[in-house]
Amino acid sequence: MAGIEARFNLAQGDFSLDVSLGLPGRGVTVFFGQSGSGKTTLLRCFAGLERADGHLVVDGESWQDGARFLPVHRRPIAYVFQEPSLFPHLSVRGNLEYGFKRLAAKERKVGLDEAVQWLGIGPLLGRGPDRLSGGERQRVAIARALLTSPRLLLMDEPLSALDHRSKAEILPYLEKLHDSLAIPLLYVTHSPDEVAHLADHLVVMAAGRALASGPLTETLARLDLPIPMGEDTGVVLEARVAERDRKWHLARAEFPGGSLWVRDIGIAVGGAIRVRVLARDVSLSLEHHEGTSILNLLQARVEAMADEGHPAARLVRVRIGETPLVARLTARSAHNLALEPGKPIWVQIKSVAVIE
Amino acid sequence: MHVDWQPVILTLKLASVTTLTLMLIGTPVAWWLARTRHWLKQPLASVVALPLVLPPTVLGFYLLVLLGPNGPVGRLTESLGLGTLPFTFGGLVTASVIYSLPFAVQPLQNAFEALGDRPLEVAATLRASPWDRFISVAVPLARPGFLTAAVLSFAHTVGEFGVVLMIGGNIPGETKVLSIAIYDHVETLEYGQAHILSAGMIGFAFLVLLALYLANGRVGRADR
Repeated sequence: MAGIEARFNLAQGDFSLDVSLGLPGRGVTVFFGQSGSGKTTLLRCFAGLERADGHLVVDGESWQDGARFLPVHRRPIAYVFQEPSLFPHLSVRGNLEYGFKRLAAKERKVGLDEAVQWLGIGPLLGRGPDRLSGGERQRVAIARALLTSPRLLLMDEPLSALDHRSKAEILPYLEKLHDSLAIPLLYVTHSPDEVAHLADHLVVMAAGRALASGPLTETLARLDLPIPMGEDTGVVLEARVAERDRKWHLARAEFPGGSLWVRDIGIAVGGAIRVRVLARDVSLSLEHHEGTSILNLLQARVEAMADEGHPAARLVRVRIGETPLVARLTARSAHNLALEPGKPIWVQIKSVAVIE
Repeated sequence: MHVDWQPVILTLKLASVTTLTLMLIGTPVAWWLARTRHWLKQPLASVVALPLVLPPTVLGFYLLVLLGPNGPVGRLTESLGLGTLPFTFGGLVTASVIYSLPFAVQPLQNAFEALGDRPLEVAATLRASPWDRFISVAVPLARPGFLTAAVLSFAHTVGEFGVVLMIGGNIPGETKVLSIAIYDHVETLEYGQAHILSAGMIGFAFLVLLALYLANGRVGRADR
């Protein structure tokens, strides 16, 4: 049975975690929430670093159930902490070998050279951790984690302790992981950007509870969640390149129910492309307008509406075929257009960000 | 001038055996104190620190009572055929271990506390068992603490006087350590002998502490 079944109950002072989740057996699941929402505690429960009540089944194998509790060092996990936490008394090579050496030879599915090459840390092997930059340290920590050939990879805000440049340095490696990893990755973050780049499945956390758990696009399009995204409110679509317009350097990204013209970043026809459509870049119109600079005009149906923070603003979810989008309008516009669920509408998308 | 080396050798032997014993006893005690949230933590820490504030004579007096032929521990050792400990080398080791316990436990406890949970958690996620984590992560990272603990235990044992006098007496080759020998020389107005041993002690103490500070200074720099 593929997938992860988890139920955790944990009380720590006036904080309590109470979560019951079914998560996909591969791809990236992001635990998203503000600090204090319990997302890190939840991740630590998966690792066995917190002794929560409940149960945990990974790929049909029970790691925890009632009194049975597999200790951390017996769980086939890897954990990347917020700070790289390299062992200062070991060289980079010593750090990489620490977990690797402790596996039986037949359990080693990731080779040392492979991991070193993957994260581009070959030139660093002989150095001590004190002579690495923040980004280099985190790359070593990720390689060290992968070298334990885990069946479940856990990452706790691996970018948040890094400066802007180091973030930009690590993110491509995480995207590479996302594309090629055959094991599930559980990833904690409070950054909407990292959600957009990495998530396949999104779990929204607040006050120790999981408010929502579902596929990325659908979960981002939910209007009933207090997701504190602000200007980042919007959806991320997983699409495929259907054609490329070489003259104007555009690519048509096709998703279930429609397609969007986006900047051509060199992905071949048929390749996967991830695009992000922010609510503030989506406007609605009752008629099809000719003679506009807007490239992406799509037919949709209104599905739901919700207030958003300020009384002047409304969020509207529309659906293009099977795919949802979220638009931010003024309450007056929403009133003037007489929007209601089921109403056909034209969607104008001012800009689309290509993420990957 | 003739120098009697016997007290010097005896002192070094006592300090070595005591330090070794303290490392074996002090490490688990310090580890437990550093990592527990048990209510017994503070009471035990206070007991360990007692020798810091008590006059050595108080300690020596009660050890004498406890270990003597009429004391509970003394009766036990006698019934086991070990005889009684006071006025023997074994008794000196026992007293020295208790007297220097805080000098071993406190640096170790501080070093273990400074580690924090993180390195051990990282090691656990990298498949290291609890014992493996202690040996491969805690011990190397707490190395300055071990060094300080060993050096202070050794030096403190070399320098003790009151406890030795109470429980060891002044038996040449058995319990007559350096500090007692110096006291003897002064009592008998052999100032020349007293000078040699005393000056030697000062030089020794300085060199030991200098070596410790230099070693820990280097470790500190390497970790940065």
